[in-house]
Amino acid sequence: MTIATTYNEDQAQERADSASLTRPVSAQKGTASGRNRVLLGLYLLFTLLPIYWLINMSLQSNQEILGTFSMWPQDFDFGSYIKIFTDPSWYMGYVNSITYVAMNMAISICVALPAAYAFSRYKFIGDKHLFFWLLTNLMAPPAVFLLPYFQLYYTVGMFDTHIAVALAHCLFNVPLAIWILEGFMSGVPKEVDETAYIDGYTFPGFFIKIFIPMIRSGVGVTLFFLFMFSWVELLLAQTLTATNAQPIGAIMTRTSTASGIDWSTLSAAGVLTILPGVLVVYFVRNHIAKGFALGRT
Amino acid sequence: MSLTLEKVSKAVDGQDWITDIDLNLEPGSFNVLLGRTLAGKTTLMRLMAGLDQPTSGRVLMNGVDVTGVSVRKRNLSMVYQQFINYPAHTVYDNIASPLRLAKMPREVIDKRVRETANMLHLESMLDRYPLELSGGQQQRTAMARALVKDADLILFDEPLVNLDYKLREEFREELRELFKTRNCIAVYATTEPNEALALGGNTAVLHEGQLLQYGRTPEVYHKPKDILSAEMFSEPPINVVPALVTESEVTFDETVHFKLNSDLQSLTPGRYQFGVRASHIGLVPHADDDLELPMNVDLAEISGSETFLHVHNGELNLVLHLSGVHEYDVDEQIKVYFPTHKIYGFDMAGSTVHVPTRLGGV
Repeated sequence: MTIATTYNEDQAQERADSASLTRPVSAQKGTASGRNRVLLGLYLLFTLLPIYWLINMSLQSNQEILGTFSMWPQDFDFGSYIKIFTDPSWYMGYVNSITYVAMNMAISICVALPAAYAFSRYKFIGDKHLFFWLLTNLMAPPAVFLLPYFQLYYTVGMFDTHIAVALAHCLFNVPLAIWILEGFMSGVPKEVDETAYIDGYTFPGFFIKIFIPMIRSGVGVTLFFLFMFSWVELLLAQTLTATNAQPIGAIMTRTSTASGIDWSTLSAAGVLTILPGVLVVYFVRNHIAKGFALGRT
Repeated sequence: MSLTLEKVSKAVDGQDWITDIDLNLEPGSFNVLLGRTLAGKTTLMRLMAGLDQPTSGRVLMNGVDVTGVSVRKRNLSMVYQQFINYPAHTVYDNIASPLRLAKMPREVIDKRVRETANMLHLESMLDRYPLELSGGQQQRTAMARALVKDADLILFDEPLVNLDYKLREEFREELRELFKTRNCIAVYATTEPNEALALGGNTAVLHEGQLLQYGRTPEVYHKPKDILSAEMFSEPPINVVPALVTESEVTFDETVHFKLNSDLQSLTPGRYQFGVRASHIGLVPHADDDLELPMNVDLAEISGSETFLHVHNGELNLVLHLSGVHEYDVDEQIKVYFPTHKIYGFDMAGSTVHVPTRLGGV
């Protein structure tokens, strides 16, 4: 968005400049837009440099990474990627992560949709307090809950399963989803519900056929946030699993062995971990600001 | 199908929104609920529909008590002030939805949807989505959905408020036509007396949760029960002037006197409040015995092609409703003509004691 606006201004400025080169005002503006360009360029450089460096390293061999300083790979080495896609101990990390993230998204959205509807439509004793209490769940660091979860899952035999991590992540994802969805739902007038009842819809019929399609962008944004927070969470995921459900983040920490750190494979794994996020962001890019405002405009 | 409200009251958070309303709506009647904002029009409609339950009292449909019966089990439809449609469905699906839920055969649905759409000039919009339409078309869609099923009761909650003037007039006419052939109860809420008059039928005047008067619209207009009812049913509100009636003459504002005419002779001497509609006071005399009053202009309020002229003389404040655009300076001296034959008499408590007999025009 910022890029596009600046670009258009530049274009317009250029046109204005060529039309009247002598006017001092446009000359001043010209330097202003030049400064904008420089600042934007610097900003992009600093934010994208680490990501570029990661991609750069992932395509180099360990010798090249450690031996020389190269701005780009001297000879492209896809060995690290091939290793990750062929070695089960690597690619299962992605499978595990995606599995528990998907489970968590499904559980959270199914729980949050009716809960958010209740908060947005009904008045009950303590509704506001309960609603705020939900948000406080996001304020405690997950480490606080680490021990009880670990002990509990170990006792009931759920340790090292995908569902264990998925449920643990509900701790912060369900409140978040309720808050975002409540914002979107409160934007739908109550009269729509009533019209549907007058037309003869049952509650489930109305909810699925009328209501959810009305807030589908909200559901999309919510799913994105659920994905994001579950995908980047490492502490719970790492502690509650051992081998069967180990997330990719945990596997990446094991690359330092007796023979040193496997820089190249680690970088490749990093690139592959960024990709799903990039993909998901692309689909909800137009609604994401509203999501950060918890669905409230 | 008739609808009866029996001593219906609704209190929210200890505040009375509707107080003891008795109302009987005949089958096939067109009823206007007239009242200002917060008069309880919407609340009353929601009680009729069963969207809210009355705190006390009963709602009867065809003599059967339906208080507490879910809105889903009643055969009614409602059009709101806001344009309420299902944005994720096409206009066709929007209109068809009540019929589909009633499990009608596909061909019947198609026929009726198209009929209703034609009636409301939506035939070319059927494949589009409500949010792609203009406000007027969106409200037509909502109306089509309300009209497509044979509801026993159709409620319109100020449906034309958010539309522009021209569309409103058009709609109003269409609406009257639509209901001529139907045998259902229509209830239409509005804040505008003119709209009530244009729609005709019956009018119920509401004020602060109470039913002031119910009857045929012209009847309610010409014979208001009391000052409040007269004020509600006139725009701008009827002029009220304190007056003293003696054996032979009428005095108001201590300074103006005129002979007791045949029209007001029935009044026993005493103190009254006289009401004169803003549109009945003119800048030129209409009858020989019109009272000429010198007044000072306070404000000429121009609304559309009409002018509301606020004038005063001493304690006497009057509002004139003039057609056409008139410009006056503040404090300009003018003469207004006060019709002595078009005076409503109210006693000091506000009840109507005299209604003018020679009414010419509105």
